[in-house]
Amino acid sequence: MALNLLQDKGLPIGQQRFTWKDLVQQPISKLNVDAFTRVRIILMNGIESEAVRFSHSCARMNKELQVPLAKVRRIEQHQQTVVNWLNPADQSPLETTIGYEQVAIEVTASLARVEPDPYIAQVLRYGLLEDFDHLYRYSALLDRLQGIDANTITQGYTDIVPGRPTVEEHRDPMDDLRNHYDKRAAQPLTKLHAYTIMAGEHQTHDYYMHYGPWFADPLARALYAEIASIEEQHVTQYESIIDPTETWCEKWVLHEANEVYNYYSCVTQETHPHVKAIWERFLDYELGQLRYAIEIFKETERRDPAEILPAALPEPIAYKSNREYVRQVLREEVDLRADGPKFVDKNQEPERSLQYRRHMNQDGSPTETVAAGWNWAPGGELTSQRGYKEVA
Amino acid sequence: MKSPDSIGMNRSGIDMSPQGAEEMAQAVQEFPPSSAGDSRTLDDFRTSYLEQADPIGTVPAPGTLKGTVKTGMQKLMGRHAEVLINKLGGRLAFERTGTRLYDALLGKCRIRADEAAFLSIDQLEHFRSEEAAHIGIVWDALRQLGADPTCVTPMADVDGVASIGLMQVIGDPRTTVAQSLHAIHVAELADNDGWQLLIKLAQEMGQDDMVAQFRRALAEEDEHLAVVRQWMEQAALSEAGVADG
Repeated sequence: MALNLLQDKGLPIGQQRFTWKDLVQQPISKLNVDAFTRVRIILMNGIESEAVRFSHSCARMNKELQVPLAKVRRIEQHQQTVVNWLNPADQSPLETTIGYEQVAIEVTASLARVEPDPYIAQVLRYGLLEDFDHLYRYSALLDRLQGIDANTITQGYTDIVPGRPTVEEHRDPMDDLRNHYDKRAAQPLTKLHAYTIMAGEHQTHDYYMHYGPWFADPLARALYAEIASIEEQHVTQYESIIDPTETWCEKWVLHEANEVYNYYSCVTQETHPHVKAIWERFLDYELGQLRYAIEIFKETERRDPAEILPAALPEPIAYKSNREYVRQVLREEVDLRADGPKFVDKNQEPERSLQYRRHMNQDGSPTETVAAGWNWAPGGELTSQRGYKEVA
Repeated sequence: MKSPDSIGMNRSGIDMSPQGAEEMAQAVQEFPPSSAGDSRTLDDFRTSYLEQADPIGTVPAPGTLKGTVKTGMQKLMGRHAEVLINKLGGRLAFERTGTRLYDALLGKCRIRADEAAFLSIDQLEHFRSEEAAHIGIVWDALRQLGADPTCVTPMADVDGVASIGLMQVIGDPRTTVAQSLHAIHVAELADNDGWQLLIKLAQEMGQDDMVAQFRRALAEEDEHLAVVRQWMEQAALSEAGVADG
């Protein structure tokens, strides 16, 4: 299936319609579905959520774009509903959180492995080790709060061990900002990666901010508070790698192209027939939306879309376990820290970040507390405590 | 729909990914925890929150403080009326939610009549109407004390939180009638004990009229529980192909 971003028409936006029944389809089975189907659902919810978020920001700053943005935004809203409502009711907020972290690990690792810009690849690896740690912390919470093994969600694809400890991730805001790619020199894949990771991290931040207060246990509330703060740092990091001199309209076209790329990636690897049909339908929708945005871009900016878009899409995002890659990054880069946009060894970390961290951690760190002495074991800590170890 | 116990591709277990499990165990060896301690460390963290927590809410001022002293309340003078009001509020909320749980189960049974063949829909409807009638009994009891039956007492709130999962089970179209009945069973067990406790409390607080009413409600609840237990057993045995007759 070869797509041409500059020529494919997709479904015209006037024909992209829904009914209320259409919005609420059969959810996936938490127990039976392959973990990567859940990963794709979570990421695509993030991609759609970013589409709506960007569209609102753009509309607030551009009177002349308000009508076309509103038309497309209504469709994106309903696409997001279809996708997010695929999550089943028996998948608790904490179990869904485990899914979010698996997305952050496996998708970030897949992007980092093929990212052509070495600096952006480094930024991705830096964030990767932090999200990798979050999976471990939330897994400890799931086990110690409810006696549930997080591997029932991650299904053996992803290691559950500490990464760069979250307690060390708290930085001065100055040390979260990175250098951005150059819109004229960057390869299309770099732009798609940047837009994808920003979307994924932003929805993760919003999810933790929404569900943190839902928990009764003070430690769970504190854990979400601490990790949500890092997700805010990650959004700051990832939005800063995008060239801020791209025009509003250019950013809109890139958002639409990124949605095409992401649905295309899902279509090529989805194993769940019902979910695959949704990806196919929405790929066609996104091509239609891209076409519409390109027309607006041509009208308002009098520029050739080929200046900002490739005709052919890059290879799709690889949905697979990146276990060995992640371990290698962990071994080599766990002690990296940020000094402004540069990455340095931990002994060169700026005093501003050390000070901030000392202050935030002065009464202890919930991420350290929740996982005190905790190791992942099949079936959970209680199983390993009775000396029942089949695998270790 | 497919039986919940039918064999299928459930991927949640470790045996579905033996290679992954082995590698995860290796990772645990290579990358140890970053902080020492055990689950008691979590308890230490919770200490200050437990020591300083505000209550979830309070019981509203009983009728005496509002100027109207009802007959029931006179008998409670000098006793902790708020305890009885709190428990009555909880019972009232539970009966309301319980009625809704039956409504949800009935809706499922009517659509999936074949699947519900092991139970009697007429009897379910009868139980539902008794649960609904119990709302009135507790409502009137609260009024007799001069208390506001529309108020959410702390016990009512706690019961509401405890019941969230029950509604999640029954409301999900993917759960079977038998799985939904399991949620009703949990509710009926708590309901039954709730009534027994309420009777004991009302008795000790001199509310003889209430006690008589509550005993009739408990007799009905006893029947609900017994029948639901019987249906549960029947469903499991029949699913396993070992049912009598």
